[in-house]
Amino acid sequence: MDLIFLQLLTGLAGASTLFLVAAGLTVIFGVTRVVNFSHGSLYMLGAFIAWSLLSRLPREPDYFVLGVLGAAVATAVIGAVLEVVLLRRIYRAPELLQLLATFGVVLVVQDVALWVWGPVDLSLPRPRWLRGAVEIAGLRFPFYDLVLIVVGPAVLGGLLLLFHRTRWGLLVRAATQDRDMVAALGVDQRVLFTSVFALGAGLAGLGGALALPQGSANLNMDLSVIAEAFVVVVVGGMGSLGGAFLAALLIGVLQAFGIALVPKITLVLVFLVMAAVLVVRPHGLLGKPQAMARGEVEALAPIRPAGPALQVLGLVALLAAILAPFVAGPYLLSVLTEAAVAVLFAASLHVMMGPGGMASFGHAAWFGVGAYAAAFAAKGLGAGMAVGLLLAPFAAGALALLVGAFVVRMSGVYLAMLTLAFAQIAWAVAFQWVEVTGGDNGVLGVWPDGWAADKPTMYWLALLLCVGGALVLRRALFAPFGFALRATRDSALRAEAIGLDAHRLRLAAFVLAGAGAGLSGAVFAYAKGSVFPTYMAIPHSVDALVTVLLGGVQTMAGPVVGAVTFTVLQSWLLMGDFWRIKLGLLIIALVLAFPTGIAGAASAVWDRWRGRAA
Amino acid sequence: MSVLVAEGLRKRFGANEAVAGVSLAVEPGEMLALIGPNGAGKSTCFNMLGGQLRPDEGAVRLGGQDVTGMAPRHLAHLGVGRTFQITASFASMTVRENVQTALLAQKRQAWRFWQAADAQHVGLAEGLLARVGMASQAERPAGVLAYGDLKRLELAMALAGDPVLLLMDEPTAGMAPAERAALMALVRGIARDQGVAVLFTEHDMDVVFGQADRVLVLDRGRLIAQGTPEAVRADPRVRAVYLGTAA
Ligand SMILES: Nc1ncnc2c1ncn2[C@@H]1O[C@H](COP(=O)(O)OP(=O)(O)O)[C@@H](O)[C@H]1O
Ligand SMILES: [Mg+2]
Repeated sequence: MDLIFLQLLTGLAGASTLFLVAAGLTVIFGVTRVVNFSHGSLYMLGAFIAWSLLSRLPREPDYFVLGVLGAAVATAVIGAVLEVVLLRRIYRAPELLQLLATFGVVLVVQDVALWVWGPVDLSLPRPRWLRGAVEIAGLRFPFYDLVLIVVGPAVLGGLLLLFHRTRWGLLVRAATQDRDMVAALGVDQRVLFTSVFALGAGLAGLGGALALPQGSANLNMDLSVIAEAFVVVVVGGMGSLGGAFLAALLIGVLQAFGIALVPKITLVLVFLVMAAVLVVRPHGLLGKPQAMARGEVEALAPIRPAGPALQVLGLVALLAAILAPFVAGPYLLSVLTEAAVAVLFAASLHVMMGPGGMASFGHAAWFGVGAYAAAFAAKGLGAGMAVGLLLAPFAAGALALLVGAFVVRMSGVYLAMLTLAFAQIAWAVAFQWVEVTGGDNGVLGVWPDGWAADKPTMYWLALLLCVGGALVLRRALFAPFGFALRATRDSALRAEAIGLDAHRLRLAAFVLAGAGAGLSGAVFAYAKGSVFPTYMAIPHSVDALVTVLLGGVQTMAGPVVGAVTFTVLQSWLLMGDFWRIKLGLLIIALVLAFPTGIAGAASAVWDRWRGRAA
Repeated sequence: MSVLVAEGLRKRFGANEAVAGVSLAVEPGEMLALIGPNGAGKSTCFNMLGGQLRPDEGAVRLGGQDVTGMAPRHLAHLGVGRTFQITASFASMTVRENVQTALLAQKRQAWRFWQAADAQHVGLAEGLLARVGMASQAERPAGVLAYGDLKRLELAMALAGDPVLLLMDEPTAGMAPAERAALMALVRGIARDQGVAVLFTEHDMDVVFGQADRVLVLDRGRLIAQGTPEAVRADPRVRAVYLGTAA
């Protein structure tokens, strides 16, 4: 009994910090319509800054309050700077690029935090008053849990007062309903947006600071908290503070009990509860249907099969790729093998993102599942490479079917958030389930069969499977299936009216994408001889996104061009320390340089050139 | 037997009862016009008949089969062709590919992963485009078409399924007057030749009275008059609520 009660308290305390983060996310989204992927980074900064302040201040309660508030204010300032420097420039960009740009910020902040605070987890020495307990009705409650439990509702109350009792709050709510109306009222929108962003960032920072005494400030907390916050916001209903509060309670308590009862599958449990809620209430607990643009991807020029010139170019490139081992050294060969893998990884994402119109921020999940399936075949079953290569796409495809069954109903940003949340959960499972996956140490010794053991043969095999796989996917996109899929993206209304099952088609694209990524993961596993949780980490998902965007979403050759470009970038430019900051800045620069989408810019140039030629 | 029968259809949006008990029947080969002022509930009726909206009350029967609340894609396979007030086509495809996709969908060939789609049903697609006067634009991207041409494309796509019933919500909006009459004359010919039942709305009264066999007048969600064009034109209630404002 007592134990259950304590667990419940832990859950409620965790729910409070989760609510703070989710509330900030929801408030920012409500006004700016930007899903801020870097919100978890603000939470992480809050924790690190709180550590720096609190470890220098005297260990007294009032100094603690001062330190926590100081961290929240500092994070709010960082948020305001972020809004002015970056966010403000991309409010009109396609939502996919907005998400990507804020993800660039995640990468930059990770390296900055690493540089400032170092790689070690930083925890706070806890003074006695923080560790104390309060006795109520004969039961002893941990004091700090009670503090946190009070903070959640207090902040909710404060926010509701702020939004409903002040002029600023009125303006924010008006902006949530109708941006242009606020502009018509003669209010400076820029100040409003910046202040809202600062408030949201401050809430995230407050959450991070408050979570510090019970854990530590570390470099993994940004992505783990953003995944949880996405789940909370989606379950609660996008834009609803009350919904976020309820959902945070639900998820927080569930996690606390889950960790006590079934530690290994807690995260899976969270995902299942989210699935259940969304099946019953597609817009979340308290959410209203949002008139939200579906993940529209740039201007829709007709997609043409490659013309003769491009086909010849493709054949020449393929021939060069086949002959490469006769001239390339071992290092170049391994880079080329990675490029081949990247081609299928990107081509599979392109299937759902381009013709499917569904952007995924968790595509690496399928890559990782495929890689672990190969590892399992090799080490668990002791089977040959053929088994692993076959098992991988089926395992990834089956899981994609399971997840896709309810995610593909979602529109643009929801889909992006849910795929990211799922990938983060898959990563955490791989990381924590040490008995099976080896945790952080990974699975070693996933070697190819003897006949493919030498580098050139493995490279040719990778080329055959990955480039072949990409060509098969491409073929499907120009087949009736691909037309039907594109039809559902262009106009779901018309597609249904001519007899197409939009949901099924989207699901099929999702599964196809998952299976393709799974195969590329298995090839990668055999080529490297090992499998690590990082294969399914979020940054790897973003690699796939950047690859597709580099090549252009609306061109079928895009994934190939993008994969080669990106692999080259990664192997030379983005190597060594601080690769995250370089990649992050590259992403941000790309988005700022091509706010209408890279493919859009390219095709505009192309049209102009053709116009002149004609 | 009537192709389409609707009985007592009702739909409310919040406190606003958009359609308050509408019953109608369309016969094979018949051109039935549903007219009424803006906001009368015409599009809502079309959406309930076409499966885009589920009626709160009432029933829809197609060829005697109860299809109330059935999804549009199932209705499409039962022979319901649809055009929308706000045109809906596939902007990333050419005009011909739009029609080919409609043909593939209607023939249940969408789940093919290997053969090249743009080589399928080329002749049929071009035939349909010729019928609606779009043959010369077959290779243009659908995204750049003029509004009237989009309406024509929609008609070609609706015809791809050999429909028994055409539901056309403002099929000629955005066209010049002469074009409007020509398009509806074309539809009328299809209705006659193939026994297709056509339910349409139209703002141009010349077109309505020139092409419709029968006219229904909707006002604030209720049918206030119906009959031959001449009878409806003479009806004083219609003149009061509808033609009074238009004339
Ligand atoms: N999806 C909807 N939600 C709320 N109200 C609607 C919706 N669709 C139509 N209405 C309302 O129903 C009434 C009828 O609209 P509609 O059927 O579009 O009329 P019409 O096509 O005759 O101009 C109008 O008052 C309109 O505002
Ligand atoms: Mg209408």
